[in-house]
Amino acid sequence: MSAKTDVRTYTGFRFMTILCLVVLYAPLIVVTVYSFNASRSLTVWEGLSLRWYAEVFVGPESAKFKQAALNSFSIALIAATLATAIATAAATAIVRGGKFRLRTPSLGLITLPIMVPEIVLAVATLIFFNSVGFTRGYMTILVAHIAFCIPFAYLPIQARMQGIEDTYEHAAMDLYATRAQAFRRILLPLMMPGIISGFLLAFIVSLDDFIITNFVKGAGVETLPTAIFGSVKQGLKPNIMAISTMLLGFSIVMVTLSYFASKRNNTQ
Amino acid sequence: MNSSAELAVDVRNAVKRYGDFTALQQISLGIRDNEFFTLLGPSGCGKTTLLRMIAGFEDVTEGGIFLFGDEIENLPPHKRPVNTVFQNYALFPHMSVLENVGFGLEMKGSSRKEAAKRAGEMLELVQLSQFAGRKPAQLSGGQQQRVALARALAPSPKVLLLDEPLSALDLKLRKAMQIELKHIQRETGITFIFVTHDQEEALTMSDRIAVMSAGELQQLGDARAIYEKPRNMFVADFIGDTNLLEVSVDKVTNGRAECRISGNHALSCDAVDGVDVGARVHLSIRPERLLLSDQGIEGSSLKGTVAENIYIGTDITTIMDVDGGPKITVRTSNTERGNKRIFEPGSRAYVNMETGAARLLVD
Repeated sequence: MSAKTDVRTYTGFRFMTILCLVVLYAPLIVVTVYSFNASRSLTVWEGLSLRWYAEVFVGPESAKFKQAALNSFSIALIAATLATAIATAAATAIVRGGKFRLRTPSLGLITLPIMVPEIVLAVATLIFFNSVGFTRGYMTILVAHIAFCIPFAYLPIQARMQGIEDTYEHAAMDLYATRAQAFRRILLPLMMPGIISGFLLAFIVSLDDFIITNFVKGAGVETLPTAIFGSVKQGLKPNIMAISTMLLGFSIVMVTLSYFASKRNNTQ
Repeated sequence: MNSSAELAVDVRNAVKRYGDFTALQQISLGIRDNEFFTLLGPSGCGKTTLLRMIAGFEDVTEGGIFLFGDEIENLPPHKRPVNTVFQNYALFPHMSVLENVGFGLEMKGSSRKEAAKRAGEMLELVQLSQFAGRKPAQLSGGQQQRVALARALAPSPKVLLLDEPLSALDLKLRKAMQIELKHIQRETGITFIFVTHDQEEALTMSDRIAVMSAGELQQLGDARAIYEKPRNMFVADFIGDTNLLEVSVDKVTNGRAECRISGNHALSCDAVDGVDVGARVHLSIRPERLLLSDQGIEGSSLKGTVAENIYIGTDITTIMDVDGGPKITVRTSNTERGNKRIFEPGSRAYVNMETGAARLLVD
């Protein structure tokens, strides 16, 4: 690129960049830094301390947060696993199923929930559970999470699968593999980076979800986001910052893993 | 020859249609056991479609395909005892070279150990033993090609299908692989069906060649027959270089046809079926079977002026302007042997035809 058209030479480039970065990350940095504050104050720095982290694990609210964390992680794990399995099957059908009549509608239907406002999904899910008479609780959260995780798991899997030529499966079948063997021995290993990436994305989306969870959870069943919200309603305390920071750290790790999984090339 | 049991592959009146488009129309051909058979034609002629029908990736719209006498139409690809070397090789990228070669055996029911042992032997055959542990992406194009060959040969198929496997290689490597493929075919005794659009490649390797165009079989024969006795304009033009001259037939006697080309030059040649007096047909004369000379021969000469000499290393190509007639290409091999004379542009000369060099083409 020539120096004249380089975007870095545009007037105000540096200012815009810094502004965007500040807007995006300043709140996160403030929360992270103040989670290590020795003071009870949310605004006055009084020195470095891990007391709010200790409070999360042994403080008065620790039992509530532990249970919420357990719910969150177990739901995220199960929902992401099942959503990934369903998404893998769907991607196989849509990418490898030839030109069937409802192919485009199928693709639209499976990815649409990403674009539907979450509050609409939340209300719809709640109405559904009420009308079939499900008692709200752990199971309703799990079912809802499986459902809304599917499109998130689906997209990276489909992207990966579209990059795999079908001559590999032809070659496998030419070499006496049945369709099932060709899938398991050839297609599945080649799709694996997409599957891992889809799983991690679904896991994070489930772990992070508040709106739908808040609608479909029963009384007394909390996930981390709803527990944090409940706590905040009674007043902001630095222990919330500590939990948030831990959740942030965990999310960064997962997103990073997802990124590397999707970039990973198992063909070298 | 009539009994289909003697044939490795017997294609009977096979038709392939995609909707309104007919990719193959009524193809019938018998491929003998232990034969190096080539399907030759320009792209879109249906050769790859026919190969994929034998492999089982395309179904047959009409007609049938028999493998050693057995109808295979209803067998899925994995139940057909044929293996394919794919054009882009389709080596499994996540498996080592050894696992790739052993895959077919494993799927056929060999234990992992047996499969690895046989795969090792196959890699020796293609001289790639030292690369057994590598992934396909770590090999050069030529090496990948040989792995693909070893993988397809490992399960000892009854017929090996090769879909333009050499097209991605550079010229030198391609020539070396042509000879190696021919040797491997001889050694293994497996019937090879080779698809190519490269006529030189087909002539070099094949026992017999089926020339195809527009979904139809144009001619079936060995390299010599295809080259020297082309059946029609398409085959004459597609295989090698040739002079195609429009002629009218004056007289047909004793199996000889007296022809006349524009400029009132007389040429006589062997008559073929379907040639009648007065017909406007074509003569095909290969440039290397023409000779420039000071003296003409009655009924086998065209007189003209040298337009241009083109030096191409092994040969010298001379373009002649035949008096009152077409341009004609003469190829003279670049040696000191014989009394060959180079005629400079502008000089007058006769173009003499070797006996039997002219081939009449009805269509």
